[in-house]
Amino acid sequence: MRNVLKHLSSKNRRSAWLAFLVLAIVLLALPFFTDALFGRGWVRIVDFALLYIMLALGLNIVVGYAGLLDLGYIAFFAVGAYCYALLGSPQLGLHLPFWIVLPLGALLACIFGVLLGAPTLRLRGDYLAIVTLGFGEIIRIFLNNLNAPINITNGPQGISMIDPIRVGEFSLGNTHELFGLTFPSVHLHYYLFLFFTLLVIFISLRLEDSRIGRAWMAIREDEVAAEAMGINTRNIKLLAFAMGATFGGLAGGLFAGFQGFVSPESFSLTESITVLCMVVLGGMGNINGVLLGGILLVVLPEALRHGSGPAQQLLFGKTLIDPESLRMLLFGLALITVMLWRPAGLWPSNQRQRELVTENDTTHL
Amino acid sequence: MNTLLQQIFNGFVQGSVYAMVALGYTMVYGILGLINFAHGEVVMVGAMIALSVIQLLIGSGLPPLLILLISLIISIVVCIALGYSIERIAYRPLRNAPRLAPLITAIGVSIVLQNLAMIFWGREYHAFPSLLPNNSHMLSGAIITEVQILIVLVALGMMGGLLLLMHRTRLGRAMRAVAENPSAAILMGVNINGVIAVTFMLGSALAAVAGIMVSANYGIVHYYMGSILGLKAFTAAVLGGIGNMRGAMVGGLLLGLIENLGAGYIGDLSGGFFGSHYQDVFAFFVLISVLIFRPSGLLGERVAERA
Repeated sequence: MRNVLKHLSSKNRRSAWLAFLVLAIVLLALPFFTDALFGRGWVRIVDFALLYIMLALGLNIVVGYAGLLDLGYIAFFAVGAYCYALLGSPQLGLHLPFWIVLPLGALLACIFGVLLGAPTLRLRGDYLAIVTLGFGEIIRIFLNNLNAPINITNGPQGISMIDPIRVGEFSLGNTHELFGLTFPSVHLHYYLFLFFTLLVIFISLRLEDSRIGRAWMAIREDEVAAEAMGINTRNIKLLAFAMGATFGGLAGGLFAGFQGFVSPESFSLTESITVLCMVVLGGMGNINGVLLGGILLVVLPEALRHGSGPAQQLLFGKTLIDPESLRMLLFGLALITVMLWRPAGLWPSNQRQRELVTENDTTHL
Repeated sequence: MNTLLQQIFNGFVQGSVYAMVALGYTMVYGILGLINFAHGEVVMVGAMIALSVIQLLIGSGLPPLLILLISLIISIVVCIALGYSIERIAYRPLRNAPRLAPLITAIGVSIVLQNLAMIFWGREYHAFPSLLPNNSHMLSGAIITEVQILIVLVALGMMGGLLLLMHRTRLGRAMRAVAENPSAAILMGVNINGVIAVTFMLGSALAAVAGIMVSANYGIVHYYMGSILGLKAFTAAVLGGIGNMRGAMVGGLLLGLIENLGAGYIGDLSGGFFGSHYQDVFAFFVLISVLIFRPSGLLGERVAERA
């Protein structure tokens, strides 16, 4: 988005502002558009898309900027979600307000990020991948089994009846009438998530060109050279882990408040991989690309879910293949074709593109 | 009942399956530096194909051993073709692409294979017919079945054969050369594409055998069996030092032992707080601790950071 603005402003500052204004109006009116055009269920999907975008942006810091392959990222999402769920539900009888619980969840996720990062940062690329994967699985298994001997997480059944996000008397769980418009719960969550997504985008953009962001990219490109330039690689890598984890924890808290229910099932390896796919498919290290990847990977499976049944009816006159399998099959094929067609992602960052040219000459065949 | 010995037996059986699958990961990684995430699904396809062939032939009156042999051969052939196609379609075009691009196509391939299997064979668990007389023996207080003995023997045999292939033949030398330094291998006249294709085919053949072994051992086949097994095998490969074939064998056996001993004793060790559900936690915990002290796995070479 900012690249677009930058590009336009060199030509015409006014049209840049106009574009910005149009974008703002579209974003604000989006839930009403989807209600009118596609039907009621789509605002919920958009809400989930925003959550996934937050996750993808968080992972982008770890994988895209700092070049550390993290296959257990969903664990931080889980930490945030369970923190919210435990402190704001009948499970432990605690009902803390969300402005305490949400930052606490993000902080806890951050601590977990450092805990995971500290001992493992010596590992090279793919070893780090398997350790993070193991960490993700460990968190999930603990959530699954911590219902005995003391019931903390309620095991595989998960925690339900989580308090909705509430500011004073204004609960996001109810429908509200404002300015003559009706805002159902999903719409209200949309605006909240939009706010947080924009916040995460803003932080990411500011980080990208900062001293820290450049240090991350230097490490990604060549760790030895970065260290020789005086970058404290250990601290900077830890910071990447911590930042990424914080965003994950934040998204997790929002998820728990939105869904009202969490169970270990939502935090499987598949979810980590989905988020990674968003980052890589969209274009690692480029915020525009990550946004695009996040939107595509949430909307595409949903569109396929709605489309794969009727399309078969139309083509063959009956449902030959279970729509759910067909949907995932097409999703897998889409992943392969997009990657073959654009190996650097749909919208790669300029920096990385430059980098790739040299990489070809030296390390690969 | 001798629990310790029993868990060690079970660990060896499971470990030899892990080792066979881990070899597939490690060979590809050694040559291409690529995690072949679809490898677990090749194992599943191998098991599924064998199941279908057995179901087709079981009423034909052929001797059970022959049926098993035919199903083994057909499933190996199919898996070799599959491994070759995966390499050709999803990896070869991306050989000069960014490092994570083939990872995504691998994930795509694995989603596609899983769902194709679900469409062909359905969601349900299939019983894998036991073709061999499955007698069990008591061995100083622990039970071991003949199938399990066979699994360990076949696995050891195949791994020995593989080591011979790698170190005693021209092909093996070419594979090691490509792993060492691809550009130098090209200059020495090694057909790199051929070697890489053969690597994938070998790995897939091992995967097919492993798939049949694991189905024969548990008696169950399922479209989802590949991903979990693949994950474990990959962990085993990393534990031993990825890219190193002996490492994969050691890592596989070790992971099998760790898991089974962990499942048997974790309750006693933690005073009853952790049950056997924590088996996987234990395995990953051991993996992480090993990697902290030996960052490139047990038998992995200590590679200096290269610019």
